[in-house]
Amino acid sequence: MTTVLIIVLGVIMIVAAILALVQKSLLSAVIAAGAVSLLASILYLVLAAPDVAMTEAAIGSGLTTLVFLFALNKIRKEDKNG
Amino acid sequence: MVKKILLVVLMAFFMLMLLPFAKDFQAFEKLSPTAEKYVQDGPKELGGANLVSSVIVTYRGLDTLGEVAVLFIAAAGVGFFLRREGKNEKAARRQASQILFSGTAFLFPLILVFGVYIFLHGHLTPGGGFQGGVVIATAFVLLLLTDVSASINNSVLHLVESLSGASYVAIGILGLVLAAGFLDNRFLELGEFGSLISAGAIPLIYSFIGLKVGAELVGIVDNMREVRS
Repeated sequence: MTTVLIIVLGVIMIVAAILALVQKSLLSAVIAAGAVSLLASILYLVLAAPDVAMTEAAIGSGLTTLVFLFALNKIRKEDKNG
Repeated sequence: MVKKILLVVLMAFFMLMLLPFAKDFQAFEKLSPTAEKYVQDGPKELGGANLVSSVIVTYRGLDTLGEVAVLFIAAAGVGFFLRREGKNEKAARRQASQILFSGTAFLFPLILVFGVYIFLHGHLTPGGGFQGGVVIATAFVLLLLTDVSASINNSVLHLVESLSGASYVAIGILGLVLAAGFLDNRFLELGEFGSLISAGAIPLIYSFIGLKVGAELVGIVDNMREVRS
């Protein structure tokens, strides 16, 4: 059961990672990258590492995505001005 | 075309290089000698119910100090490059939606308390200073997202960060003077195994790490948020 779950999670993670690479829109790419982290945190939980899962969920899918979004916002503003 | 072929060849090469790891993989049957020593003596020596975090802040305390230093340098770098020059003009920003407003009003205190809970119970339940600090930072991020005109008092942030960082090192030195070595938690009473005030200095160390990490991450996000006009 656990093995099946791990394989399913891994496959979805790979699909999300490829999506993040090929996506034309940067916003969607950032969100896909965040989804990879979120799935990774579930994977850590399944593999009995709750503290790593906590860090991954909070930093990987939370703060990193947000920092990317802020950076994206900044780049767009500077594009418009310059 | 040539580029694509080169890329495929490169990827195949890397896969070939990684193949031995997959082929010769075998799960560890037993713990390594160091890990075995930690597992056997750790709970007795350190008094923490959560062995993982107890090991992280005591036996491997110097590594944790290094990690905190790396985070500090990253935060300092972000602050340096994204420094606001001159007067800070508020850029016209869209107001947040009602859903975000109500959600933040409800969730902000809960997330804050949850973060504090995580680092105070670092020696008992999964989690610790880093996780607690990050959760606290996400609460403030929610606040910053909702209230576009909200500003974080930077001097308070710096004060919290520097004081907790200095206290962390001071506790390490106290361990060196009063107990067996740097960041030794046993200069305080170990207390009853599994209770909130136990495991010597571990809850104290984790509280300082939590405050420091939280302050640093809030600082990073605050710096990223400001649009230089």
